[in-house]
Amino acid sequence: MSGINGNASDALRTVTPASELRIVFVGHVDHGKSTLVGRLLHETDSILPQKLEYVKQICVDRGVKFEYAFLLDALEEEQDQGITIDVSQVLFKTKKRTYRVIDAPGHKEFLKNMISGASSADAALLLIDAKEGLREQSKRHATILSLLGIKNIIVIVNKMDLMGYSQENFNKLVSDYTNYLKTLKVTPKAFIPISAYVGDNVVMRTSQMPWYSGPTLIEILDSIDSHKDAATRALRFPLQDVYRFDSEKRYFSGRIESGRLKKGDEILFLPSKKTAVVSAIERWNAPEPLEAEAGESIGITVEDQLFVERGEVGVHASAKPLVGKHFRANIFWMGEEHLAKGKTYQIKLTTQEIECKVKNVVRVINSSTLDEVSKDHHEVAKNEVAELELEFKKDIVFDPFNEIQETGRFVLVDNKRVSGGGIILQA
Amino acid sequence: MDHLSALESQSIFIIREAYKKFKKPAMLWSMGKDSCVNVWLARKAFFGKVPFPVVHIDTTFKFPEMYAYREHFAKEWGLKLIVGVNQAAKDRGVSYANNDAVTVCHEMKTVALQQMIEKEKWDGLFVGIRRDEDGTRAKEKYFSPRNIDFEWNYKDQPPELWNQFQSDYDPGTHVRIHPLLEWTEVDVWNYVKRENIPLVDLYFAKNGKRYRTLGCQPITKPVESNADTIDKVIEELKNTKISERVGRDQDHSQRYAMQKLRAKGYM
Repeated sequence: MSGINGNASDALRTVTPASELRIVFVGHVDHGKSTLVGRLLHETDSILPQKLEYVKQICVDRGVKFEYAFLLDALEEEQDQGITIDVSQVLFKTKKRTYRVIDAPGHKEFLKNMISGASSADAALLLIDAKEGLREQSKRHATILSLLGIKNIIVIVNKMDLMGYSQENFNKLVSDYTNYLKTLKVTPKAFIPISAYVGDNVVMRTSQMPWYSGPTLIEILDSIDSHKDAATRALRFPLQDVYRFDSEKRYFSGRIESGRLKKGDEILFLPSKKTAVVSAIERWNAPEPLEAEAGESIGITVEDQLFVERGEVGVHASAKPLVGKHFRANIFWMGEEHLAKGKTYQIKLTTQEIECKVKNVVRVINSSTLDEVSKDHHEVAKNEVAELELEFKKDIVFDPFNEIQETGRFVLVDNKRVSGGGIILQA
Repeated sequence: MDHLSALESQSIFIIREAYKKFKKPAMLWSMGKDSCVNVWLARKAFFGKVPFPVVHIDTTFKFPEMYAYREHFAKEWGLKLIVGVNQAAKDRGVSYANNDAVTVCHEMKTVALQQMIEKEKWDGLFVGIRRDEDGTRAKEKYFSPRNIDFEWNYKDQPPELWNQFQSDYDPGTHVRIHPLLEWTEVDVWNYVKRENIPLVDLYFAKNGKRYRTLGCQPITKPVESNADTIDKVIEELKNTKISERVGRDQDHSQRYAMQKLRAKGYM
């Protein structure tokens, strides 16, 4: 960190690795998410003393026992009702790295908030109450995580203290949940028996469960590989906008979603099929770089004239995405109004915004029971998951989700509102 | 990419997205460190030029150093500066001498902003709040709509998946855009250092005290500190056990004060 007091330093950009890991806590309401987050903050020394005092005073005033959950549930209404309504984010640190904790609501009514919070996570912790076992949201949230493509999933069996730290009970839950997760093709990294309330196996190992020899929660979190491989995939550079302010320069701007782009590269823009050679990767108040990679918001200038707009995707001709007017996808629906076959929606995929029609509802499943809910296949209700065939008014640029996530996922907008999210299966 | 570059890139993406989506965007600028970083990020996003107005909602109770900074850098950076004052409240004598902090904040900030939005018809407002400042700010989204009465419906916020934001809203809605939402106080200072962003010198210690945040002069208290350089400030923040907004009276005047202020439209 030395030698940068002054002008912007390029050295800093390449030397320091991105060290933050985003983790989301999900599961049924009352299974102890906020309590566990509070426990983690406390034991990693991440709470300011004033904040703790403030929350303790609230508990005294209300005549209730101190709860860590109050650290996260900041809204008066959340504290009154004892439920998380909207996502909170807080940070804590271990010796290895910083964690951004996304505490998502477990109440069915707030599923869309959970999805919103979980969609940006690198890893997910699924909480189950040892006493209550699998409940509706324990299953639904697992289904959502699998659809969001979150690979690092850890199952936490909480409130072990209420079940006398029973190994038999724990093993049965592990077996039940493993069977359910298998149908989703999800393999958790670990099952960990804990008590967030008492503090067993969260940061410290206690003497309560001598039969458990696996990792503590912190140990398993620190073992997750946070390396992102988007830069090693094919170039996808969706145009966000083209700027031309005072100068003669036209800045073709956007974020590289995957791959790398170099000065001198020939870029093919799709769907228009126009090409241009990168004359510079432009930056303000920083030296001009020779290349840029996934995650960077950049602007390029090109040799010769180029007329392309927002929505075009820049690629290398040697590794092209798919371009077409239809694809099949799995979606989850969050809209109050049912998604209907034959109806028109707006799809947003990277910076593309195109009118689309639901050509066919292939199957609809209840995201909790995974049962097929509909035989006539005309509608998808709120909180249901479905496989659809979508048809577009004009060409759309995409990849299958399992090849490039960033160009393989989209949202559907119904009457101004983002009402569904989906991942692309195939053309 | 390192942590600061990743934050910068995400913020630039948000700013560009909002610039594309809103017909009349504007950026709030209080001359505080966060909103200065916000302005800096806008210059980054648009290659040196800020293509929308920068707005100072002026309570008229700011520090003289802040007004001097505003005049100097608005000019140097070529900003289109708009200053908004709730003159009616001022004429009624609303002030810290006559009223409590929550009332003054509401009148001179929230109502002043309401008046300006009414007048200028802004539909997208860049605001430099961060999640780590306060529990209710932690629940904000990147694009956060406020209805015509300035209310925030935190129970039913539009989902934000994969950087897709709701871009169409009912008439009368204005959207708060929060490019710095995921930054922490230390991130802001590290970025100030990396980019060499000039700040109001009240942030640096003199005679054993410095201001950790800047608001209205009568209700903003300095903290004990000997940090008189950026490096020392960063070092101090890494070890502090005191929360950032401790010196801002309006936050602590009553329980859930921030939630109540914010429910009525405060930033």
